[in-house]
Amino acid sequence: MAPETLAFYAFGAVAVVASLLVIAQRNPIYSVLLLIASFGALSGLYVLLDAPFVAVIQIIVYAGAIMVLFLFVVMLLNAPHEETEYDERVHPLLRPGPMRFGALLALVLAGELSWALTRSGDSGRFPAGAVASVRAIGRSLFTDYAFPFEVTSILILVAMVGAVLLARREGRG
Amino acid sequence: MTPLLIAQIVLTLFVFFMLLNSAAVMVYVERKVAALLQQRLGPYLVGPKGVLQPLADVVKLMFKEELRPRAADPLLFALAPIISATAAFAAFAVVPFGAETTLFGLLKEPLRLQVADVNVAILVIFAIGSMGVYGIVLAGWSSNSKYSLLGGLRSSAQMISYELSYGTAIASVLLIANSMSLTDIVNRQAGAWFGIIPRWFLFLQPVGFFIFMTAGIAETNRAPFDFPEAEQELVAGYHTEYSSMSFAMFFLAEYINMVTVSAVATDLFLGGWHGPLIPESFGWLWFLVKVAALLFFYVWMRWTLPRYRYDQLMAFGWKVLLPLSVVNLLATAAGVLYFGA
Repeated sequence: MAPETLAFYAFGAVAVVASLLVIAQRNPIYSVLLLIASFGALSGLYVLLDAPFVAVIQIIVYAGAIMVLFLFVVMLLNAPHEETEYDERVHPLLRPGPMRFGALLALVLAGELSWALTRSGDSGRFPAGAVASVRAIGRSLFTDYAFPFEVTSILILVAMVGAVLLARREGRG
Repeated sequence: MTPLLIAQIVLTLFVFFMLLNSAAVMVYVERKVAALLQQRLGPYLVGPKGVLQPLADVVKLMFKEELRPRAADPLLFALAPIISATAAFAAFAVVPFGAETTLFGLLKEPLRLQVADVNVAILVIFAIGSMGVYGIVLAGWSSNSKYSLLGGLRSSAQMISYELSYGTAIASVLLIANSMSLTDIVNRQAGAWFGIIPRWFLFLQPVGFFIFMTAGIAETNRAPFDFPEAEQELVAGYHTEYSSMSFAMFFLAEYINMVTVSAVATDLFLGGWHGPLIPESFGWLWFLVKVAALLFFYVWMRWTLPRYRYDQLMAFGWKVLLPLSVVNLLATAAGVLYFGA
């Protein structure tokens, strides 16, 4: 096997196994760390796709900044173990309330995923090296995709204002 | 194996070895300079002028017992110092520290004095740095001690706050250099204006340099921003519960991070290995001198300035440094647009 193929399977295996373990974990801190491992493996896949910039940004933004915030929240909540208030022996689909809804959503998602994967065929190839250079990414971001880019930043701004508003206590400042 | 490959492997091992050594040297320098500034003698018993003191320290640390609190998370407690030290070593891999050389004609093709040549080097340093945070945060959490947890939380808050200004300062340099490769950035700084002033980006980006160094000190958790381990408040912060070599690994990581920040600052702002008098093949000498000067500055700062208050640190980061770096970036962009890169 070519080294690239081998690396692809290695990174892919790490990404899949780590992602599965994220939801199979009872300890939220371990879940966060496994998610970071999964992001790291994805970044490796980007390198194999000849997109070093995307790979590094994946690490900086997701594995670095966002996951530190996640870890921060989990640590502050100090919830080392998920509390279970239902009978462990009952099948998730038969449990009352939110659990049943969650299981239903998971089923829907699994159905959608299998549908998408079986029908996709050739899923939009992009020309080789299209995202290899920072220059190319920057150019398309500020010309072809200028509108979505700006709209996204406004969306984030709105979310930020909303978070500040929610976090602010009534009657102060 | 080609001679070039062998040379590359030797170079990698050499860089690893030198980074380990730099930590030892820095421990000695730190203690000697601190003593100098406080009119003390500093270490003087082990070896001539106490130069063997770091060796004695290492031997002492190795013979200490490895302790772990009973309530600690065993896996993460062991993993945290490893993450810290690995990230510190890995970050230096993409830093170039000299011009291409053939080792006095030994090699047919020139060898780059850089472990890994990546065209997004500066971002790689960033990415590895943001992984290093996890070492500190996990050490704080897994120790299951209030001081450690507070240290870890402070460290992550501080790093997030200063990473923005740090990145924006680097972005202004990238605008002038018109490249993301550190080797290209250094080579843009060759030569001199009017024959005397070296073409360092320091003179084009004085504000950027100030922001970079300030944020760099905050990122490496050094005084006056050493909140994650503020002795008077948190005993020793995130590494309170660590002993022996796992404690030493945090120490090692801190010093190596200082060396990396200084080396990156040298490449970005101080012209890297370019300098007068010495031929380019010996440019790494200039590089060493510049890095040493910045490291001395680091130590000097630590023993001169008192620690800030935590709210002052946050206010300074978000309300002074970040706006300043954004204005600097806009001004740089306008300048590049007007004068051309």
